[in-house]
Amino acid sequence: MGKYTLKLYVTGQTPRSQRAIANLKEICAKEIENKWELMVIDVLENPQLAENEKIIATPTLVKELPAPIRRIIGDLSDQEKVLLGLDLFPNEKNRSSKGE
Amino acid sequence: MEKTQQINTMIKLETGIPGFDFISQGGLPMGRTTLIAGTSGSAKTVFATQFLAEGIVRFDDSVVFVTFEESPKDIRKNMIGFGWDIQKWEDEGKWTFVDVSPEPGMETLESGSYDLGALLARIEHAINKVNAKRLSMDSIGAIFSQITDSSIVRSELFRIVFALKELGVTAILTAERTQEYGDIARYGVEEFVTDNVIVVRNVLEQEKRRRTIEILKFRGTMHQKGEYPFTIIPGEGIIIIPLSAIELKQKSSILRISSGNAEMDKMCGGGFFRDSIILVSGATGNGKTLMVTEFINGGAKNDERCLLFAFEESREQLLRNASGWGVDYEKLEEENKLKIVAVYPEVAGLEDHLIIMKKEIDKFKPTRVAIDSLSALERVSSIRGFREFVIGLTSFVKHKEVVGLFTATTPTLLGGTSVTEAHISTITDSIILLRYVEMFGEMHRGITVLKMRGSMHDKDIREYTIDGAGMHIGKPFRNISGILSGNPMISAASEVDRIKDLF
Repeated sequence: MGKYTLKLYVTGQTPRSQRAIANLKEICAKEIENKWELMVIDVLENPQLAENEKIIATPTLVKELPAPIRRIIGDLSDQEKVLLGLDLFPNEKNRSSKGE
Repeated sequence: MEKTQQINTMIKLETGIPGFDFISQGGLPMGRTTLIAGTSGSAKTVFATQFLAEGIVRFDDSVVFVTFEESPKDIRKNMIGFGWDIQKWEDEGKWTFVDVSPEPGMETLESGSYDLGALLARIEHAINKVNAKRLSMDSIGAIFSQITDSSIVRSELFRIVFALKELGVTAILTAERTQEYGDIARYGVEEFVTDNVIVVRNVLEQEKRRRTIEILKFRGTMHQKGEYPFTIIPGEGIIIIPLSAIELKQKSSILRISSGNAEMDKMCGGGFFRDSIILVSGATGNGKTLMVTEFINGGAKNDERCLLFAFEESREQLLRNASGWGVDYEKLEEENKLKIVAVYPEVAGLEDHLIIMKKEIDKFKPTRVAIDSLSALERVSSIRGFREFVIGLTSFVKHKEVVGLFTATTPTLLGGTSVTEAHISTITDSIILLRYVEMFGEMHRGITVLKMRGSMHDKDIREYTIDGAGMHIGKPFRNISGILSGNPMISAASEVDRIKDLF
């Protein structure tokens, strides 16, 4: 499988933004190890980027590659939804670790 | 200090939408968000777009359109028919879209908590980019299908409305209603923009669609109350007809003009007044169209311009009828003394007819307007709509200081009144009745001037005849009573004389 290109749109340095970044990094580290690159975009600084991508909610995670493009909104605290959005299926180890 | 000023004088922003600034007494509350609620197809999007378009065209304002439902591409295409070239305005930097329309096939998952900070940032960015004065959001219901948690949408909308207020932008927010009379809007949208609410309706009334607009509330400022009919005209957009708000301020003239018939003039005490409305009521075939013809001919002889709206007969029929009485309509038209507008009432709704007629009057600038017949227009409307139409038309005609001769058809041959009369008799200045009178197995015709505001007039019911030279008014019916009620009673001549001598 190719590399993951992820974009995370956030509004400023709010606790929710921080949480989303932390949650995402945790999931990626666990599931796709080094095969991902993340770009964090602050919509307050780059509103035009949000406009071009038609982003409504923050935080929004956009998985641009591999296809298909998918969006996940929220602070990414629901790991299963994130994995679903990234087309990853949690292995046994991860599922048990989540339950702890 | 600033607060008291706000309470005392809520400044309004002139929208430029025809009729709206009148019913709202100045426009939309400036720097505030106004909710426009309506069912599907009630012209919310047209209103939201026109608010922006008029801002650009009339006041050179910059605008932002936040679309939740249709794509910018669709809006550009749909609105070009109104003469609003959005693409051009976008190129000029006058118009900016914030596109929140749903993308087909785009799957969005939710994981944890979120807000609509990105949307707010985009709206603020668009406003600041062009320094926008006006903003429309259309239509809010669609975002509830994109964001499943409606409590988040509600609280975020409140944040957006608050931000718009801070930025001093005058905004419109449209929302769906499920029924014409009921809850203001779905999802309780009205709860966060409660200050100003407008309802647009598209009501089915006796098989006819009727559009109305009502300002439900404008906090801290005055507006006209109740529903006002409006229509949508291609190339122009929404036109609101402020009927009951029409002021009775037209001037009154003592100048008299000829009815085109010398005997008729005599009965009216010297002719019709220059800016009066005359209603001619009669049964079918009773000479109403003839009176119209004489009225037009009388005007033409006097070098006046006449506008004839015909709703019952075609142009060809009118020409033939007139030539039968020795009046050449075609020649009058060539001389620019006459314009005939012959249409079937069914081709448009009454609101549209009113707009069309107003335009024709403004264009041709006649001194005489004839409508033959007003009753035909009754067919295409509800009673209420018809009444509003008549009020709107008569006040417009009087305002232009034009004399109007309208005909109304009575449903029965003898006596009787028509619905038309019942609605407009108080609005007209003069009423002339044409009636059949049955006498010894023969039909005679009777004419009387029932009412003539501001003038003495003949109180007799006179007999008249019609021949190739027109109408000839003769002697009064002296020994008959009960003509108007449709039950003529013939009394002996001696009895008439005896009663006459009593007083």
